[in-house]
Amino acid sequence: MRFNTAPAPHLAPTASTRRIMQWVLVAMLPGIAAQLWQFGPGVLINLALAIATALLAESAMLRLRAQPSRAGLSDWSAVLTAALLAVSLPPIAPWWIAVFGALFAIVIGKQLYGGLGYNPFNPAMVGYAVLLISFPKAMTAWLPPTDLGAASLGLLEAWNTIAHRAGPEGLGFDALAMATPLDTLKTQLGLGRTMDEIQSAALFGALAGKGWQWVNLGYLAGGLWLLRRGLIAWQIPAGFLAALGGLSLGFFLLEPQTYPTPLFHLFGGATMLGAFFIATDPVTASTTPKGRLIYGALIGSLIFVIRSWGGYPDGVAFAVLLLNLAAPTIDHYTRPRVYGHPG
Amino acid sequence: MLTLHRFHGGLHLDAHKEDSSLAPLATAPVPPRLIFPLQQRGGQNAEAVVQVGDHVRKGQVIARGDGPMNPPIHSSSSGVVSAIEPRPLPHPSGIADLAIVIDTDGEDLALETEAPPHSRELGPDELRRIIFEAGIVGLGGAAFSTAVKTDPGHRAIDTLILNGAECEPYITCDDSLLRNFPREVLEGACILMRVLGVERCLLGIEDDMPEAIRALRETREAGDYSNIDVVTVPALYPSGGEKQLIRILTGREVPTRGIPADAGVICQNVGTAAAVFRAVVRGEPLIERIVTVTGKGVRNPGNWLTRIGTPIADLVRYSGGYSGTAERLILGGPMMGISLPSDALPLVKAANCVLVTGRGETTGPKQALPCIRCGACAEVCPVNLLPQQLYWYSRADNLERAQEYQLPDCIECGCCDYVCPSHIPLVQYFRAAKSELVARQRERSKADHARERFEARQARKEREKQERAEAAQRKKAALAKPDASEIQDAIARAKARKRMPESAPTTDAAPDQSPPAQEPAEN
Repeated sequence: MRFNTAPAPHLAPTASTRRIMQWVLVAMLPGIAAQLWQFGPGVLINLALAIATALLAESAMLRLRAQPSRAGLSDWSAVLTAALLAVSLPPIAPWWIAVFGALFAIVIGKQLYGGLGYNPFNPAMVGYAVLLISFPKAMTAWLPPTDLGAASLGLLEAWNTIAHRAGPEGLGFDALAMATPLDTLKTQLGLGRTMDEIQSAALFGALAGKGWQWVNLGYLAGGLWLLRRGLIAWQIPAGFLAALGGLSLGFFLLEPQTYPTPLFHLFGGATMLGAFFIATDPVTASTTPKGRLIYGALIGSLIFVIRSWGGYPDGVAFAVLLLNLAAPTIDHYTRPRVYGHPG
Repeated sequence: MLTLHRFHGGLHLDAHKEDSSLAPLATAPVPPRLIFPLQQRGGQNAEAVVQVGDHVRKGQVIARGDGPMNPPIHSSSSGVVSAIEPRPLPHPSGIADLAIVIDTDGEDLALETEAPPHSRELGPDELRRIIFEAGIVGLGGAAFSTAVKTDPGHRAIDTLILNGAECEPYITCDDSLLRNFPREVLEGACILMRVLGVERCLLGIEDDMPEAIRALRETREAGDYSNIDVVTVPALYPSGGEKQLIRILTGREVPTRGIPADAGVICQNVGTAAAVFRAVVRGEPLIERIVTVTGKGVRNPGNWLTRIGTPIADLVRYSGGYSGTAERLILGGPMMGISLPSDALPLVKAANCVLVTGRGETTGPKQALPCIRCGACAEVCPVNLLPQQLYWYSRADNLERAQEYQLPDCIECGCCDYVCPSHIPLVQYFRAAKSELVARQRERSKADHARERFEARQARKEREKQERAEAAQRKKAALAKPDASEIQDAIARAKARKRMPESAPTTDAAPDQSPPAQEPAEN
């Protein structure tokens, strides 16, 4: 009898890239739900706009590059990139923010470098950083969280705001917008206020900023689930959170009137999203066990530096992008000892 | 109690062992035709010592190799040599090479041999000679000459390791051997310990073979085997890899480019130990072994005591034939086994398993997606390599870098390949890059050799030229010398000689000692 031959191993594989991307998207759901609850349906509109743009851009670019576009689209990586970008955007940012960001992320951040697996920078953060630098006003205007007693926008109102800059019942866009707790803290500190005065404001909650702490808890839950399923390595979030927590604790103990609590850092801004979903992007992160720990710790440290002394209230995107650059070097110097080689 | 050590990575795979281990060990009939490829291991050919038409008996040597790496091949039954012709080898390419074909006569007449001397009277060299003459090679799959492996030379060995870990899914031939012949294995271990002059033997066995463990423990208690430890190790692929098992049992690592003996151990498969016992105590050459026939593609999976040289098709027939869904024929296990184009191929000494996969057991070639550097491969690599980097460098043909990242240490176990979510055929890349590295090294050493020869030739020519020039110079000088000063020197020497005998009669060397140039000055 004749048989077709194939190279070993012959066992059917159990994992697939597509499945990994899908699971990461699923793990984002608790965080997205918290955002929806605290900041209204704007996040869904951003998600829809960004995902649609990303898929169109990916498909067009694959065609231009003469790559098989079905295989490229079916890996779900463009959807994940778009989703990570969308949840980072203010829920009432004008529609072209999400569109431009997704377009830039996919075209420049990913496809021009050679597509999935070849991009040196996290595409979602490339998109985010470009938006933040180019459109600082639109990018820092957030809605007040419902925890603050603010009435949330309905889906239609949110759409009108995003699409036409028209708030509900003639309420102007500027009347809706509000600075984030990280932003407020930075501005107020600059004005010479003490930490006690600043944190007694209604904007701040038990862990961190009102609303924001829920979002961070949501992404923490999703992240722990990713860890449990073995979809991300523990070293990056561990290094990230330990460095950010440790540094902020140290400075808080030294000067509690100038530096917020470690809890504020850990559950504010994009901390948990960054630690479990963004810094762990395998393509652009360090891949050796020791390297991942260092990589995570350096991102965490850099976030603290940027938040405390830098020009931007939240530093996740810049910290991740800067460490993307260092990942190959970190990998080079953290190679594990190979069996049979002296240590 | 022995402490076990961990190796990096590894995989928990579905064992699928019950398929074949539930059936009792059966003895396969002698097939109508036996085939013995002369190429036994990695391109080493033995030479036929029989001719077409010869009648041979069971146990008779039919081919011999050219050295200790290449032990003889014995006929596994009696019959007539019907052909010595190219036949496809058990290789994925189906490449053909010379093989001895024997039409069996059904008599199964054995060669009459003298009763072997008691093994305890034999020294290591004599035991190794018997092992070699019995045609014993490693039965774990590598088919390395056992006589060579049991001769560590100047290296100090303190431990014999018997490998019964059998970590690949589906394969149960060692399990079956240990359950049915535990005494032969332990006796074989004792003989191997004598050959090596070691006092300690560790028999490693995976913990998912309870019956084999029980049989071994009972036999061990009943006999005089106190220096053999039966050690259960966790079922984790590839615990049965030689380097991994050595690490698990002793905590030592075989140095890169070294052999186990460099770590003070020798590792033998349990089947090899049993074959050593049969050869030394019973005088039986290696003519049969246990082969697992399994997978959804065969009707009655099981283990067979099979004559070496039996065509796979016959063994499958004894196992009830193919089920309707047979898809792929694999010699060995699903992780490292080779997939064969045809079942007309014979089972050689190293053949441990015939795996016929059915629908859904294996997948066809999947479309590979780009590497996303998830690092899953690095997490499972038992050698602690970084396959994602090796893949990058292999693909870019940057073999220097791949070598720097220790590509040659890859054991091709397939763990990385299996877990890769992008379905990249990593092992294929590594195998190709490794052979390319070897080829380049061979080229380089050939070039080095040629350059050395060229340089030596240049140097010789240069030297000869110089010598010729010097000779010419001397000749020229000799021709040009009889000039005034030379003549005067001669006269001066003659004059001096006339004077000298009186002044210094005892110094014979005096004329030479006094420079001739000074003599005229004295005059």
